[in-house]
Amino acid sequence: MWPDLGKYGETVLSAYAASLLLLGVLVVLTLWRGKRVRRIMEDLEQRMRRDG
Amino acid sequence: MSIWEYANPRKFLQSSERVMPVLWLSSGVLISVGLIWGFFFTPDDYRQGSTVKIIFLHVPAALMAINAWFMMLVASLIWVVRRHHVSALAAKAAAPVGIVMTLIALATGAIWGQPMWGTWWAWDPRLTSFLVLFLFYLGYIALWEAIDNPDTAADLTAILCLVGTVFAVLSRYAVNFWNQGLHQGASLSLDEKENVADAFSNPLYVCMAGFALFFLALVFYRTGTEIRARRIKALLARQRQEA
Repeated sequence: MWPDLGKYGETVLSAYAASLLLLGVLVVLTLWRGKRVRRIMEDLEQRMRRDG
Repeated sequence: MSIWEYANPRKFLQSSERVMPVLWLSSGVLISVGLIWGFFFTPDDYRQGSTVKIIFLHVPAALMAINAWFMMLVASLIWVVRRHHVSALAAKAAAPVGIVMTLIALATGAIWGQPMWGTWWAWDPRLTSFLVLFLFYLGYIALWEAIDNPDTAADLTAILCLVGTVFAVLSRYAVNFWNQGLHQGASLSLDEKENVADAFSNPLYVCMAGFALFFLALVFYRTGTEIRARRIKALLARQRQEA
């Protein structure tokens, strides 16, 4: 199942690892900031409604 | 129904939240299928050996790096002409995605170049224009962060985007313009002689479609975040005024 990458194994795997890592970091940071901003906005709206 | 209805932040948030699950799911499936197909089920190239498998990441990332900039250009022009805040925020939201795509294209290119060209880097027209595009992305993101007034930031970044478009075009056509350097021409072409073999092009198309949908999912999500961040600023300003 695992392909024989020959002498370029390290090259191919490091390219995949670097790319997937960068994509993973992008997704995690995007979702983390999105959730944080949404929570802050909802808290603020709730507080403003409560305080009139 | 007009497309300009989506310039209403509430309408944009409602619509994008309906579309996003489909985008996340389809992009995840397509990228997984494309990469598994490309990595496990394609043969080695007779010249490049197994390094040809890097194409399934390098080409879609490079494509999206350039297209992200063009999307930012269109959104910036809409802001300049029609003053729709959502379009300015969509351009802002796309920049970090574009810079990551540029970084992936540069990194995978360098990793591939070391064994194939014997060097990590060459001042080749396409590589250099891509590096300049990366610097434009950095400058664009920095400019948004540096200016407090969002409308002024949107105006100035729109101008920067317009200037940077020259390098986005150069990144795409540098090989054709100068016809020199180490970088080869387009991997995919309507000319069968230039096109890569079907064994490679089919999974590559799947990866490209996956990256495009992934880009859209991220931009929709990030635009929603920017809209909310802008509302927080407005609410805080109103609170300060009332206090």
